[in-house]
Amino acid sequence: MTELRRPVESGVPDSKQFMHPALVRNYGKWTHHDRPRPGVLRHVAESGEAVFTVKAGTQRQLDVFTIRRLCDIADAFCDGHIRFTVRSSVEFMTTDESKVPALIQRLEDEGFPVGGTGNSVGFISHTQGWLHCDIPGTDASGVVKALMDELVDEFKSEEMPNRVKITTSCCQINCGGQGDIAINVQHTKPPVINHALVAGVCERPAVIARCPVAAIRPALVDGKPSLEVDEKKCVCCGACYPPCPPMQINDPVHSKIAIWVGGKHSSTRSKPMFHKLVAAGLPNNAPRWPEVAEVVKKILSVYKNDARAWERMGEWIERIGWPRFFELTELPFTKYHVDNWRGGRANLNASAHLHF
Amino acid sequence: MSKKMPPTPMLDQLESGPWPSFVTGLKRLAEVEGKAHSGIMKSLLGQLEHSYQTRKGYWKGGTVGVFGYGAGVIPRFSEVADQYPESSEFHTLRIMPAPGFFYDTKTLRQMCDIWEEHGSGLIALHGQSGDIMFQGCRTEQVQAAWDKINEMGFDMGGAGAGVRTAASCVGPARCEQACYDTLSAHRAIINDFTDDIHRPSLPYKMKFKFSGCANDCANATQRADVAILGTWKDDMQVDQAEVQAKVKQLGRKEFINQVIRMCPTQALGLNDDDTLDVDNKSCVRCMHCINVCTKALKPGKEKGICILVGGKRTLKIGDLMGTVVVPFMKLETEEDYEKLVQLAHDMLDFFADNALEHERTGEMIERIGLVNYLDALGLDLDVNMINQPRTNSYIRTDGWEEEARKWAERKTNNAAE
Repeated sequence: MTELRRPVESGVPDSKQFMHPALVRNYGKWTHHDRPRPGVLRHVAESGEAVFTVKAGTQRQLDVFTIRRLCDIADAFCDGHIRFTVRSSVEFMTTDESKVPALIQRLEDEGFPVGGTGNSVGFISHTQGWLHCDIPGTDASGVVKALMDELVDEFKSEEMPNRVKITTSCCQINCGGQGDIAINVQHTKPPVINHALVAGVCERPAVIARCPVAAIRPALVDGKPSLEVDEKKCVCCGACYPPCPPMQINDPVHSKIAIWVGGKHSSTRSKPMFHKLVAAGLPNNAPRWPEVAEVVKKILSVYKNDARAWERMGEWIERIGWPRFFELTELPFTKYHVDNWRGGRANLNASAHLHF
Repeated sequence: MSKKMPPTPMLDQLESGPWPSFVTGLKRLAEVEGKAHSGIMKSLLGQLEHSYQTRKGYWKGGTVGVFGYGAGVIPRFSEVADQYPESSEFHTLRIMPAPGFFYDTKTLRQMCDIWEEHGSGLIALHGQSGDIMFQGCRTEQVQAAWDKINEMGFDMGGAGAGVRTAASCVGPARCEQACYDTLSAHRAIINDFTDDIHRPSLPYKMKFKFSGCANDCANATQRADVAILGTWKDDMQVDQAEVQAKVKQLGRKEFINQVIRMCPTQALGLNDDDTLDVDNKSCVRCMHCINVCTKALKPGKEKGICILVGGKRTLKIGDLMGTVVVPFMKLETEEDYEKLVQLAHDMLDFFADNALEHERTGEMIERIGLVNYLDALGLDLDVNMINQPRTNSYIRTDGWEEEARKWAERKTNNAAE
């Protein structure tokens, strides 16, 4: 047995060693920016120096060959510097404006769509899905690939009223996060329990504590300690499943997909907003999830036509009102849209403000 | 040993279309002969296709780690290993990138070489918390891969009930709107918490995120227990000649529509000579007008940070936004940074001591009330912490005079500073 090596607890490295020298030179000394065309940013520094950034989409789950191709491009055009965005797009920076058209051409030729800047539909931030997660109700990368194939023109242009951030999540934990449009798994049936395994696998008090509606209680089943679910109380959230895999929440038919709209992190104009449920019950239809794409495209086209410049999706809906949103999108309004969780009365209309 | 490519009729359908295909990448890794990852990836493709066919996932967790750390490897064992043996162990190493996701190609190529030798050859840039995710590694290769990555100067990220990997916007590296150095703050905090990242012992996870202004490009407000956002205290900077140029470019009507009418607090007006009238007392530093007029308008000069605490998604009590606990503090000198790092430690210690198992900071504050949290951390009460005062009368106010006196005292002290 060779002696094990102690880790060096170095934390995060200093970014400056990796940055393009023009960014190091002008660090904290930028004066303004603009966008010469979709997919390209120009940042100007106090020194007068300008840095051009060309942004392109990736598949996020990158094989080493693809990463090396991106490196080849960065070596050819950007002195070997490259950065990624929070939403897994890739950015190439150069001070040489004359290189920009060829860089764009090269990226497009290699299959990386140039765009994602300004008021475009950015890349979909997403989770791991069937590729790597231990609790997923659907895939992540596949859903996103299928959707981006449909939305690529909106990624490459800047024709939306404001930026559109879409997210997907393969369970209700929602690792994909808030979005102008969020596409999330919504389970519709309580967990199916394998009572023979519970006692050996699950820390039962911890599982009971996880349930947001106190629907789980200890039980003896076939003489073995197990757990049972009060199915009238259960909201099918799946919180019990990660700490207790024998409480299987995923179902090929009953784990559906729901669509939420109007989420926003920024405090720009309006305060940050949570996304709200607008559609549910969509089938988990691999490999291309066409029913999901149809709803997403419908919502996007209505927003694109109806919102004013700079209104994010949630702000647009606040202006036009929810009755108009459901009318324009032709989505059904059901009892499931009416919030009944704690604090949910804040989501009801306590006024005589009405839309007809 | 599966030497043949598995049939993947469903995944094949994700190879067509204009967006780059991850399936094509997986196949390429599977098809290369003579590499360890070709076997792993053939099995992986088989299992993924099986998931697509049956619409279920087949990974379970477990316990895999590296020497000296209690977190950072996400173990995955296949439940269908009998059919797809070579990806029976498919663990992920979470590695923290440099703040702002900056790389040079030498570093990326070196990472690729390591992962080609020891793993599946699949790397996600980046996970939702901001990690480089080296996806797909056999148990016996984890330590060897980690040793090489660590020797490059990179460290493992967080997992489980500890401090997690942080994320930051591009900040002063390439943005004139950054009101503080997001990359330095990120590094200062995270590198003081490595013990809490690598040896998780908290009630539940704790996340820090850093955005340079209210645009919140790092998605901090709802995705971090501690969101650190840039802002400013004095008047916005206005270049009136550039305002006039912008009015000319957009036209008066559009300028009014896009800038004046969009101001959330009606703090802007357009003067007769096409200059901007700013009521800075009403301005809430939302960044909208600055986003539209990138040349004409800038944040003020007295810059700093505000801190929002308690953002999270649904589990367990429902979604929570981060709320303001520090409306403004400067972040320029070494002392400022020390103060911020100390505050972060105080937040972590209080959370560790007072949260219930599996409870996030926001849920704890919901349970104990914001005032108790502020008291414990020694943070001054501020009207910026609320949307509006309480609307119910269920409160004992028998300490009113004392609290009013404290407020008056603080006002006097602030005026003297």
